[in-house]
Amino acid sequence: MPIIEVENLTKIFGKNVKQAMKLLNEGASKDEILKETGCTVGVNKASFSVKPGEIFVIMGLSGSGKSTLVRLLNRLIEPTSGKILIEGEDLSQMDKNALRQARREKMSMVFQQFGLFPHRTVLENAAYGLEVQNIAKEEREEKAKRALELVGLGNYLHQKPGQLSGGMQQRVGLARALTNDPKVLLMDEAFSALDPLIRKDMQDELLDLQSTMQKTIIFITHDLDEALRLGDRIALMKDGQIVQIGTPEDILVNPANEYVERFVEDIDRSKVLTAQHIMKRPESVNIDTSGPRVALERMREAGISLIFAVDNARNFKGYISAEDASDALKKGITNLKEIVKNDVRRVDKDTTLNDIFSIVHDSPVPVVVVENNRLRGVIVRGAVIGALAGESEVSMENE
Amino acid sequence: MNKLLSFIPEIPIADATDKVVDKITEIFAFIFDPISTHFGNFMEFFAEDFLMSIPPFIMILLVAILAFFVSGRKFGLAIFSIIGLWLIYNQDQWENLMYTVTLVLIASILSIVIGIPFGILISKSNLANIIIKPILDFMQTMPAFVYLIPAVAFFGIGMVPGVFASLIFAIPPTVRFTNLGIRQVPRELVEAADAFGSTGAQKLFKVELPMAKPTIMAGVNQTVMLALSMVVTASMIGAPGLGRDVLSALQRADVGTGFVAGIGIVILAIIIDRLTQGANRKKD
Repeated sequence: MPIIEVENLTKIFGKNVKQAMKLLNEGASKDEILKETGCTVGVNKASFSVKPGEIFVIMGLSGSGKSTLVRLLNRLIEPTSGKILIEGEDLSQMDKNALRQARREKMSMVFQQFGLFPHRTVLENAAYGLEVQNIAKEEREEKAKRALELVGLGNYLHQKPGQLSGGMQQRVGLARALTNDPKVLLMDEAFSALDPLIRKDMQDELLDLQSTMQKTIIFITHDLDEALRLGDRIALMKDGQIVQIGTPEDILVNPANEYVERFVEDIDRSKVLTAQHIMKRPESVNIDTSGPRVALERMREAGISLIFAVDNARNFKGYISAEDASDALKKGITNLKEIVKNDVRRVDKDTTLNDIFSIVHDSPVPVVVVENNRLRGVIVRGAVIGALAGESEVSMENE
Repeated sequence: MNKLLSFIPEIPIADATDKVVDKITEIFAFIFDPISTHFGNFMEFFAEDFLMSIPPFIMILLVAILAFFVSGRKFGLAIFSIIGLWLIYNQDQWENLMYTVTLVLIASILSIVIGIPFGILISKSNLANIIIKPILDFMQTMPAFVYLIPAVAFFGIGMVPGVFASLIFAIPPTVRFTNLGIRQVPRELVEAADAFGSTGAQKLFKVELPMAKPTIMAGVNQTVMLALSMVVTASMIGAPGLGRDVLSALQRADVGTGFVAGIGIVILAIIIDRLTQGANRKKD
């Protein structure tokens, strides 16, 4: 049974709401209604349902109504019409007290600009949701502390939010939402204000947390990459309407209409990512100083069957396979230079994924990334495919 | 042409106002009379039996210590307070100063106690805002002397009508700044308070008022300064204090006395201003 069911949820901003609603029911478009009544259709008959434990991403460009939609779900904005069922209870019909109770117990929200109270410490911020429920200080601070530890802020309890970086502030925002132990998390562009590297960290962390917590998360974003990384299912919004709901794969493979297609087009990763994004740190052995025994030992340690060879000046020389090394050991050859093979494809660090495709396909051994004759990294097939699937392991350690 | 302008005979605004004030005086005498007696007694007690019973030396020292801590452990204001207050004492204005302090203190406290709730009210209700805003404009732009007339009618002469007139004149900044401060709280913070299920009171006391505090305090500072500026005006209806010396000096063209009392007001103004601003500074 779905935990959230939304039926024909509509929000019209303006004065002539009745007339606008009538036009909307007759099938008039957003522009027509604006022209006729001066009303703006914020959300147009949105319907969807979310399963427990699911990350449901609502994505769209700015002005598409996604932020309005998420605020309708906890009635920070009053819906014009439609139903919001949470665990079977219709939120849209609740009176003030019931609504407050639902906000306290069933759902918490994480905000784009964090929405932290600057005059309260991190701990007091995280405990806010329990404080308004008049839960004893000791108990609520205990729970808040646990939530803060969960997001890695156990050492910052008594700082003020202003003293923390953006990423840390949003962790506080997340901890505040988790302290209440709600069933549903509403995350409104929660990571959009963070810089890209921190944002990726936060996405990973959210997925980690989610794997243990199994909350139902409604995540709003304008970033398709983020939607694809996080979403179990994605709803795409345009002009207040939901134009497609599906798994990330559905959306990528079967775009429902031109709008979705244009969206998806934008992320042709093979044209954007380059060798340096997907390369891994190579295992290497110095052939001027080491013998086959060392090479074999290194391979065993790293669990690989070939190792790259460099000289004293760290110039790339080729590779040594485990087979050749053990043969050499048996024959008593001690100089690695005699068994180095050089039939390996080299690419520049700025080669795009598109070009790497065919090279990787034709090459029996991993492709190496070489810069000024120095070995910089190695590209294995899995990394290329992984990057295309959207889980690009951007390994900064090689930079 | 003049005929066109005078096609309606003169509207008796003045008469009507007289009648209204008379009526109010008559009807509410049962409130105004005890206020003017008891409250007047209290203020006299406060000024004469409390403030004046403290030896000036101790008082100056206490103010200096307060100034030192409020200004963030700096000596500037403390030293200024010592020299300034000593100068007032030296000029034999100490008693006048105590009356003035009483007047300003009481008028300010009442302004804050009444003004902040009104500020909250107009920040929450657009209807109240529409009604009260023009009244505030009226209160601030009407020459302060005009308030003295009904004040005397209601409360007779002395400190009480002085406080009443100061109150009307000084209250608007507190109301306005409270309203502004609350309306300026970032939308996301208000949403956060709502989203976590705060009641209206919880939202107000845990989020909105703390966030608005610096703005409210700026308004309180303005209110206190306005109350002080009413000191001379209030002395016209018999309120004692530094203002009375300024007024009598004016009537006798006595430049010297007027200057001495005026200097006293300036010194008091600077000390009060810095103290209230200092209290608003962020404590890190």
